[in-house]
Order: sequence, then C-alpha cells, then structure tokens
Amino acid sequence: MGEIYTAYCSRFAFVLFTFAMLSVQGLHAQEAADPAAGKKLFTANCASCHRLDRKLIGPPLRNIAQQRNRDWLHEWIRNNAALRDSGDRDARAIFEEYKGQIMTAFSQLSDQQIDDIIAYTSQPAAQPAAVSATATSGASAPNTGISANAFNLILLTITALLLLIIILLTKVLKMVYGMKYEGRLRELEKQRAVQKRLSFVEFFEKYTPGFVFFGLLFFVVAMYGAWVYLIAIDVNTGYEPIQPIAFSHEIHAGENKIDCQYCHSSAKHSKTAGIPSANVCMNCHRYIAEGPKTGTREIAKIYKAVGWDPDRQAYIPDYKPKPIKWVKIHNLPDFVYFNHAQHVVVGQIACQTCHGPVETMDTVYQYSKLTMGWCIDCHRATAVQMKGNPYYEKIHAQLAAKYGVEKVTEAMMGGLECGRCHY
Amino acid sequence: MASAKKYWKGFGDLTSDPDSEAIETREFPTAIPIDPFLNGDGKAYDAQASRRDFLKWAGFSTAAATLAACEGPVVNAIPYVVKPDELNPGVADYYASTVYDGHDFSSVLVKTREGRPIKLQPNTSSGHYAYPNTRVQASLLSLYDIDCLKEPLIAGRAATWAQVDKRVRRDLDAATAAGQKIVLLTAPVISPTFSLLWKQFKQKYPSAEWVAYNPISNSGAVAAYQAVYGQTALPGYDFTKADVIVSVAADFLGDWFGGDHSRDYALRRNPNQAMSRHFQLESNLSLTGANADYRIPIKPSEQAQAVAQMYRAIAWGQQTRDPRIRAAIEALKKAGPAGLLVSGTNDGDVQLLVDAVNRKLRSRAYRPEAPVYLKAVTDAPVKGLISDMKDGRVGVLLSHRVNPVYDAPDSSAFVAALKNVKTFVSFDRRRDETASLAHVNAISHHAMERWGDAKPKIGIYTLQQPTIRPLFQSRQMEDSLIAWMGGVLEGVDAALANDSTATYIPPVTECKLTFHDLLKKNWTENILKGDSTWFSALRAGYYERRDELHPVSPADIDLSPALTRAENRYAKTGKIELQLYSEIGMGAGAQADNPWLQEFPDPLTRATWDNYLTISKVQADELGLKNWRDSKGALNGDRVNLSVKGRTVKNVPVLITAGQTYGSVGLAFGYGREKAGKTALINGNPIGVNAFQLYVDRDAIQTEVQIEKADGAHGFALTQLYDTMMGRGESIVKETTAQIYNRGKSDKSRYNPSEKLLTIDGKQPVSKVDMWAARDRSLGPWFNLSIDLNACTGCGACVVACHAENNVPVVGKDEVRRFRDMHWLRIDRYYASDMSYEKAEAEGRSEGRAFFRALEQPEENPEVVFQPVMCQHCNHAPCETVCPVAATSHGVQGQNQMIYNRCVGTRYCANNCPYKVRRFNWFRYAENDAFDFHMNNDLGRMVLNPDVVVRSRGVMEKCSMCIQMTQASILKAKREKRPLRDADLSTACATACATGALVFGDIDDENSEVHQLHDAEKNKRKYYLLEAVGTQPNVFYNLKVRNKIE
Repeated sequence: MGEIYTAYCSRFAFVLFTFAMLSVQGLHAQEAADPAAGKKLFTANCASCHRLDRKLIGPPLRNIAQQRNRDWLHEWIRNNAALRDSGDRDARAIFEEYKGQIMTAFSQLSDQQIDDIIAYTSQPAAQPAAVSATATSGASAPNTGISANAFNLILLTITALLLLIIILLTKVLKMVYGMKYEGRLRELEKQRAVQKRLSFVEFFEKYTPGFVFFGLLFFVVAMYGAWVYLIAIDVNTGYEPIQPIAFSHEIHAGENKIDCQYCHSSAKHSKTAGIPSANVCMNCHRYIAEGPKTGTREIAKIYKAVGWDPDRQAYIPDYKPKPIKWVKIHNLPDFVYFNHAQHVVVGQIACQTCHGPVETMDTVYQYSKLTMGWCIDCHRATAVQMKGNPYYEKIHAQLAAKYGVEKVTEAMMGGLECGRCHY
Repeated sequence: MASAKKYWKGFGDLTSDPDSEAIETREFPTAIPIDPFLNGDGKAYDAQASRRDFLKWAGFSTAAATLAACEGPVVNAIPYVVKPDELNPGVADYYASTVYDGHDFSSVLVKTREGRPIKLQPNTSSGHYAYPNTRVQASLLSLYDIDCLKEPLIAGRAATWAQVDKRVRRDLDAATAAGQKIVLLTAPVISPTFSLLWKQFKQKYPSAEWVAYNPISNSGAVAAYQAVYGQTALPGYDFTKADVIVSVAADFLGDWFGGDHSRDYALRRNPNQAMSRHFQLESNLSLTGANADYRIPIKPSEQAQAVAQMYRAIAWGQQTRDPRIRAAIEALKKAGPAGLLVSGTNDGDVQLLVDAVNRKLRSRAYRPEAPVYLKAVTDAPVKGLISDMKDGRVGVLLSHRVNPVYDAPDSSAFVAALKNVKTFVSFDRRRDETASLAHVNAISHHAMERWGDAKPKIGIYTLQQPTIRPLFQSRQMEDSLIAWMGGVLEGVDAALANDSTATYIPPVTECKLTFHDLLKKNWTENILKGDSTWFSALRAGYYERRDELHPVSPADIDLSPALTRAENRYAKTGKIELQLYSEIGMGAGAQADNPWLQEFPDPLTRATWDNYLTISKVQADELGLKNWRDSKGALNGDRVNLSVKGRTVKNVPVLITAGQTYGSVGLAFGYGREKAGKTALINGNPIGVNAFQLYVDRDAIQTEVQIEKADGAHGFALTQLYDTMMGRGESIVKETTAQIYNRGKSDKSRYNPSEKLLTIDGKQPVSKVDMWAARDRSLGPWFNLSIDLNACTGCGACVVACHAENNVPVVGKDEVRRFRDMHWLRIDRYYASDMSYEKAEAEGRSEGRAFFRALEQPEENPEVVFQPVMCQHCNHAPCETVCPVAATSHGVQGQNQMIYNRCVGTRYCANNCPYKVRRFNWFRYAENDAFDFHMNNDLGRMVLNPDVVVRSRGVMEKCSMCIQMTQASILKAKREKRPLRDADLSTACATACATGALVFGDIDDENSEVHQLHDAEKNKRKYYLLEAVGTQPNVFYNLKVRNKIE
C-alpha cells in the first residue's frame, strides 16, 4: 500500500517539486523542515490511516498545521493516549469524533521528522495535476478530442488533395503515352498474333521440366501456406481484450508484488483459477481509492459493484450488487478438461510458465498458444514433481525399475492419453 | 448344475420367431435411415442435383464453416461480487438433506456445484433410508422444471404474495366466522415440527382439520397395527434377522410400506455367509418375486387364502390343503424366530393374521416395537372430507402434494364436491389435474429449496435444508401458513396490497417466526435435548434417538372373525383377476413429467414411456391377443378395453409377459396423467392409461374383470427386445444353487467352469490364448468394477445415477422404439427355465429350437436374473482396434477411453463391440427443441454435470467408468500428499447401489475390497461376460447363487 502511494507520488514528482519550492518560501516558521523527507515519512507511517484531502480511518491532514498548534501536534503524534489522559479537550474531542479509534503512538519520530511531515502536509493541493490525474473520462475527453478532430480533418484534406493529384497525373500520362506509342502498339499486336499460333501443347512440350518444377513448387508452397493458415485458426496468442475495469497486473503483481494466488485463490483448490470476487478487491481498495494511472475512475467501478460509499467509508445498506462482466482471455473448448490445482499445487508450476510475464502486463494478453500441441510438448518435457509426495512413492519405485531413470515425465505417466483431458 | 438351465431373453428365443432369427444375423435391427433425408416421396432420386453437386456444396460449406470459425466469440466471465467462504468455483460441495415429496422418502447428500444441486447421492452415514431410489434421484430434475409455476396465482392470474395473503386470510376468517371447516389435505406428513405448527394454526383457526391422503392405500395394514398396538403406524421389519422370508405379494424391494428393505435383504443374500431363503407368492412378476428363491404363482384372490392357511398351520398346527404353499409353511415353521411372513395386501384382516403368525413364530425380523410412520394413513378421513365438501361444510380447502382429481378412484365425486368449496388453495408448483382447479395457487418450494424435517420411523429424525435459493417466487407451505396465522402482518398488509409488482418478496421475514426458526427451536428443545447440537445434526442430516424404542404389548384380539372374513373375502373368484401395482420407475405417478423416469426401463418388462396390461402367454392366446414386431424390430401390441365393476378404461395396450399368473392381469399406476406436463404427453395424449380409475374401493385386487379386444394397435418402446442370446446363454449369465456352491467351494468347475478354447495344443483356458501383449499395470491404480448378481435386485437406482452424473440425454419414446436409447448402463433381465440338455435328450427333443418349443410353457414361472451391463473396459478391446481415427483407446489406469472430439462417427466400434454398450448420438439432444425434455432450456441444463462434456451429434459415447470421478479422487490424493485410498474411489453406479452389488476400486491396492473380489482364488464366483471372446474386461461378475434345494 505504501508502495502504491510512492508510485503515485513519483508520477507527479515534478509538480510536487514545484510546490515544494513554493512552500519552502511560504512557510517561514520551519525553514529546516523538508517536505520531501516528510512525504517519505508520511507514506511509511501515516498513509495507512490518513489521506491529505479526505477522510480515511483518521481525519484528512492537509494544512493540519493551520488547524492545530504545532506543539500540540508533536505531543499528539508522539503519544496521543497520554495527551488524552492529560485531559486535553481537543484530544478528547477528536477521539470521540472518530468513535474511539485508537491511533498508534509514534514515539520514535524525532521533532525534526514530525516537522518534516507537517511541512509535507502543509503543501497546497496540486490542483492542475490533480485535475488531469483524477479527471473523469467525461472531463478529459474534450481536451484531447478537439485536437484529434482537427488533426483528422487536416489528414483527410491532405489525402483528398493527394488523390486528386494522382488522378490528374494518370490522365495526363495516358494522353502523352497515347500520342507517342499509338503506332508502336499496333505493330506489337501484330507480332503477338503471330506468337499466339504457337499452341499451348507445343509450349508445354518445350518447357516441360520447368512446368513440372514450378508446378510442384507451387503445390508445396500452397500446401504449406494452407497448413500454416489453417493451423493458426482460433489460436489467439496475443488476444488482449479491453476489460470493463482497466485493471493493471503491472501495478498489482509487478510493482506491489501481490502474490498471484492472493487474488486467484481457487487456483490451488479448483480447476479454475478464478477471477477474484469484488470483495477480495475490497480488502485493499477499502483504503486505496485512487490509482496512479487512472485515479479514482476505475476503482470507483469496484465500489459500484459492491456498493461501497467511499465518502462515508461504509457499505451502502441493502445494495443490489452489480457483478462485473470481465472478458475471458484464456478460452479452452468445452471438451477440454484442464485443472489449475493439478498444475499449481501438484505440478508446482509457476503461473508465468503458461501465462507469461503477467507482472509486466498493464493489460493482460494471451501469452501461450493454448493448443493441444503446446500442452503435449510440456507434458513430454516436464518432470513430475514426485519428491515429497507420498502419492507417487509406489509409482516412482515401479517406474524407476522400469525405465531406470530418475526423471519421470508426465508423458511416461500416461499424460499423453486422450482421456486425461477429454471426457 | 450350471449347464442345466436355459436362459432366454424374450419369447422370440423360445419360439421360432422369424423376426428373432433375422435379428440374430444382424448387429443393428435397422439399416441407416436415409428416408427422412429423401422426404419419403422418392423425388430426391429424380433431383437435378447430382452426387457431385452435393460434394461441391459439402466442400463449400465445410470451407465456409472453417473460415467463419476463425474468430472465436467473446466469452465473458462473471465472478461473484461477494464470494461465499465455503464455496470454490469448480469444486463440488455436499449437503446432507432429505427428499420427501409425499410419496418417496430418502436421506440424501446433495451434490452442488457453484450453488446449484446437480445430483442426489446416498447419505451413507445414516443407517435408515440412506439410499435414494430411482424416483428420489430423479426428483432433482423437477427443481429445474421450466413448466412449473413461477409465481403465485389468484384465479389463474399472476398475483403478489401480499394479494395472496390478503385473499386467503379473508377467506380463512370468513370460514371461521361461518362455522365452516378449514381443511388441509396433504400427502402423509411425517414432520414433527409441522405437527407443532399445525397445533398453533388450529389455535388461530379452531375449525381447521388436517387430512392425510395416500393415493395407494395402506389403510388395512395401518388399521391392523392400530388395532393390535394402538398406534397409527406400520410395523417395522429387520430383514437381516430373517433366515426364511415368505412374502405374499409384498413387493418389499419396491414400494411396499415405504421401502428401505433392499439393503437389509441383500446383506443376507451373500452365499459365503448364511443365506436367507425367500419364498414369494404373487400373481404379477414383481421385482421382489424376480429375486426370490422360490416363486409360487397364485391368483390375486388367493393371497388372503394363503395367509389364512399359514395362520391355521402355524398358530393352530393344522394341515395345509394347498400343496403349492406347503414348502413355504414348512420352512417358516422350521425357522421359527428366524422366519418372517410379510404381505402386500391392503386387507386389515389379513394383516392381523400376518401379525399373529409373526408373533407366534416370535420372529426376530418382525419389529412392531419399531413402528414406521411413513405412509401410515388410513382412508376414512378422505371419505369424510368428500362428503363434507359436498354438503358445503368446508369453507377453505388447502392442498399440498396431493392430486386426488387424478388418483382418487372417485375423482369425479371429488371434482363435483369441490364446487361447493368457497376457496381452494393449492400449494403445488405444477398446475396438475388438482392444482389447476384451485382458486389460489400459493406455490411452495421444491425439496431442494426448503427447510423441513421428518420422522419416518420411531427414533429416526431427518433434516431437510435448502441447497439453492428459491428459483422462483415460491414460498414454502409452512411459511404460508405462518403468514396466514401471523399477527405481525396486520400493519404491513394494507400498504403492500396495492403493490402489483411481482418482485415483492414473500413477507415471511416480517413474521415473528419463520418455519426455519420454529424448526431450529423444536429440534434443539424437543429432539436433540442437549445430546447434540443443531449444527452437527444439520451436518449429518439425521439424528437417531434410541431411547424412544420401547417394547410394545399387543392387545389380545379374537382373530376368528378376521380369519373367517379373510377366507371368505374373495369367495367369488373371477376368471380373470386384476392386480394393480406400482412400477419401480413411476410409482404413484407424481413425477409423470420427469423425463429420466419416463425413459427408465421397467426392470421386468424393459418397457419405457408406457404402462400396459401384463398378461400371460396362454391367457393372451386364449383371448386372441397378440404382440408382434414391426419391420424395424419394434414391438406392437393389441389393445383392450378393461372393465371393472362397471368402470371401463379404454384402449389399454397388452404386453405379454413372462411370470404373469394364468388367470390374472396386471396394470401399473402412475400413467394416464393429463395435466402433468409436456413430458407426460405424446402428441397431446397422456402416456399410458389411468389405472386409478379401476382402483375401486381402493383395493388393488379386482376380481370382476372384463377384457374385450379393442381396435387398433399400440407401439411399445422396449429397450431389450433383441430377444435372443445368440446361443451364448451360459457365457452371459451364470448361476448355481447354494447347495452346489457350498458343497463344492474348492472345486469351482462344478458351478463356474472356466471357458476353454480349442487350440493346436488342445483345449486351453481363455486366458492362455492371447495374441496381444499384456497391459502394463505399473503406472498407478488399475480400476476394476465388480458386479455381484446375487446382490443386484435390479432396482435401477444406478441407471438414474448414471444419467445424472454423465449428462446422458433423454431421447423420447419414438427414438427408443428405434433402439436409439442412450443409457450408458442397462440392467439386462434374463429369464431361465429349469430344463437340462440331459433331460431333453432323454425325452428326445434336444435339437435346436425344438428343444425350447417342446417345453411346457416355460414362460409361466421363469426364474429371473438381473445383470447390469455397461462398457466392460476390455484390456483387449475390439472397439479400439477398429476405430480409424483412434478416438477410443486404453488408458494406463485400465479405462477404455472414448474421445468425443476425435470421433467421426463411423460406428465401427459399436459394430465390433461384443457387449453392445456403445451408444451413438443420432441427433444433437441438447439445445434442440425436437427433444423437448430438459436439455433444451437454460433452466433444465442447470442439472448438467459441468465436469462431463455434453456430446454432440454424430459421435459415439459410452460408459467412461466415471473417469471424471476417478481423476478427481486421484488429484485429491495428490494434493493432500497421500497414497490413494479405497474409500476415495467410486463410480456413480457403485455410489448409488443400496445393496453393494457394484464394487469399484483399484485392484493393485491390496487393501481394497475389489482386490479381494478380483482374486479368483478367493472369489470363486468371479466370471467374465463372454470370456471366450478374449476381451479381458475390467468389469467382472459374480455369479448368482439361489438358495434352493434340488
């Protein structure tokens, strides 16, 4: 979560830098405070419960220094319980406002570090950047739309002009050629008429080896072409459909290193890896309402599905859930039985073996061919993970005696049988 | 002797039927049908388009289709918004629950996937009613019934629950004010908590009355128990304690007294332990009779006489006049406390005698101290109800799970009396014959959606819990009653009455207490009483209170009047008598719209989609009634008009059946439903005829029967009509007697000789003659399935389980008639008659068909063998070698695999299969309105198992030995890092089998049950189907042993 925040911030580093400059000038009371360091500290310590501009578990902290006394803030952050116990009215009030939520005491923070954090929170909101980052699709469309339209218009005009020129040129050329070669053309036609008298049979007899050679060549090439074409039918490698939510595996699995099976938990139990239900998303997105690329737009779709009100930080009572209609990328025909648990748990095969470097994919695409040949190739080559699995003990002993090898592939175990996957 | 018996499949085998002979020489009864493509008018032959044109079009369409398929469609994936913790998509969850629809009762484990129930399995931890029968298993399909009511109705128009509540409460109050009765008419209710609720309802509406109604009456037996033990119940039985069972027409492996005796019965049919001896006296060949050691054919009217004679012999020591039953009586006498007499009659006097006989014997198997409450209702209250209704004494009639307009013998009287009832409220989900007459349809939940409990037997309590949210705007009956008697609704009512949007949620939540709360409270306080917790009871699905069992003291009744009445009951016997019965598949007909059950072949006649008059061959010949085959091999039959005491049912098809007593005919209940739904109709006409019309005085035995031949013919759809065993009877079914088996245990050549082939080196055992390399069994488990013909009662629970597990399609009557049934697992029924070659030779008639023809009507009382047959998973499979595209191949775990996506539909494999277990998809059965069952709508398809692919047109399919289940078990073991255990492994059929006839497992695992059975040294009964073919199957059989004295 902290890392997400870092990622988000780094995107707008230059904007923040500008504002950092400004704030350094604007805040005289804390010359030594470093908002950049404060940002890091904020991300590490505060961000799990606080946002700058909206309520999370705790209150928003933008310009907190203007609302509270600096010393009070220091005391509160160090040990808010002690401050409350001392009978401080403000401290008790805030405690009650947040229904007795206890804030962690940060006694390890030095005065300098707290000042840094306060400096960071005292930066004005990054207005222009925020607009473009969090703008809804409707708001951002006109901006890019106008320029694109203009560009298209120019392109269209140029194309039309070019076409006109080509037509004109062709006409002119025809006229010129017509005048110059009229006589010569007539002679050529006469010659051709003479040649035509040479029958096809004579022609064929004359060039038989050539005919045979080129005929065969053509046949082979055509067959090969047809084979290549037909074999590729419904092989959808690279299939990359647009999903209803612009979910990025690059951010989740790559940058934030979330384990694949955290979300795709059925992969260990079931034949399907499962698309995570929206309540799994909510485990994190209850706290993360903004993404680094799409702002709140995409995450809001999860909220819409489950009925979460991000402003009130609560589920909407009696909400009729709206399921998300994902587009399935990896499609196997009905007559194929494939089991994820078999491969993930028993075979101990990494997800990436078949699905490719998902952690680098912003939008997921089909990495493997998913053809039967592709399955079979792997079954021929991959060793069965027999060690430490008592199921295989007897089989292993028998196989070792039979083949005299240590490595036993799936193919040796009958993994090439039709009935293993088709029933 | 094993070779002494002749097995036959049908009458064609016995007579020199030219059709049968033709079939013997052909694999498939019909040629590939090209006529439909040619429109049948021959125009296609004169068409302008040539064969080459056709190829051009075909080529073009193939190319076009291929190119069109270049772009895959966009597939969406919609995850849960909030995923329930206990649920993982793709992993099945199981809930213990109870299914009780008023007719069939069972504890079940509900298998759910992504929150939808897809299969009902036995709740094996429970010792009682643990194994759901065919009907209970199939009842799951009605949850996803597209045609059921989806919202409450008032006067046939959609209404809100607020409107319903307002209307019904007004009428309830009006009835109370006018001093009229409020009657709740239900199927037998055995819910302790409902009884509690009913008491409260009666406080609010004192004129309320509760009438239980059972379409197939048990009244006599209940009255007898009541007279002796003073309780409205039926006696309990423990078949494990019986050495000798004498059953007088009691179908205790079927529906008799609520069922649940199969497992106990089968436990005593193991020839390696003390085997019970079973005598069956009956007129229709029932499932129980088919399993008996001695079956004695009697006429229906002789049942009472037989019991009376047994009473005289055992209680008074008198000599028996009737030589037919002497052996049974002697055996019973000899067995003493280990004997048991049961009777299927609905005559109270006879049941009193049965009780007296068992008490005289001090039978340990007869347990009146453990009464059964299931189906324990008497008929008197219903009769009272109709007269009350007629006289306008009933203000409000509430009905739940009953259909008297269809199944009451005096249904016209009921319909007429209903006109005098001001408000008729039905709780049923279907607008059936009765519910369609209701003023208000306050639809209740399906068993999978509701809370409930039951007490089928003393000390046995079961719980019912919802496993899916209600699919429609239904509200369970109990909650409706609470809403109508609740006080909380006063204020809410007015505000919501005008709300016409149908999305209004039933206002149960606004009541103080829902039925669920009441249930929890009742269980915690009155049933569990601190001995267990609500959640552990809910998890188990049942709770047993042994402290409720107390010894009973029978009242001293003078039995002589009962004896006199019983002996004179049928003094006037008819020339032809009618015995009405309920079929294994259809029961009383509550589920007539269930495609699984309609297509379920009756274990004995092997007929689907029908009921019919069963008649013996001799009787049929006398009456000039015939069955014959049409040119495609399907069976047709004559039709008759059947009259009983002035009531006539017209156009009853006649099916000549073996084992029907001469002088009797049989007709099954449950058919002829007019308003059950689309599945119960063919071309708008109900399937079968309504036998309840002949259920005069609610007596299943009718002696005054007239049969007259009607015009026209009827087409049957039988799944086993090849009618010939191709002279290989002894390689198919093997049986012996307990005497021979026990005497010669070590020398199995006497009863289970291994088959030998003549080679250049002389006669060699089949296993030695092999041109193939042996299979390598070193790679993990090697699966085998053992089938015990002794334990198999033929009930067919496995057939429906296989349907549910493997998405087996339903094809309809027309297709079954063309032998295109898709059952992966069939239970073949073979008849056997006592005749040996030696005997025939001595009589000079051992030559060919003359041998059979000369037998004196062997079909009158044949012995029956049931044999479940599925893909035998041959190690040297003939199908594998002929497939041109290698779509079927052998796995390293022993299974013969069928790869649908590889199959091109040549059907070579089916032609080459010696067991005929492969099924071809002639059509696309899913998403095809021509097969309007359950797979053509989204709701019906929710029952499909997501782990098994739905096959498309043009591919072959067959039993996979539930590879999806074995693979899942293996994966579970691998994930849990442990070796595979025997308990992990099962197939759908083996799981469903109540009697343990099917045992599945790894034969390489020395601790497994199937390993023991596979060992030919230990299990002398083991044999392979058609062993001489050399296929070396992974399915093996254990031969049948009858406990007979020769």
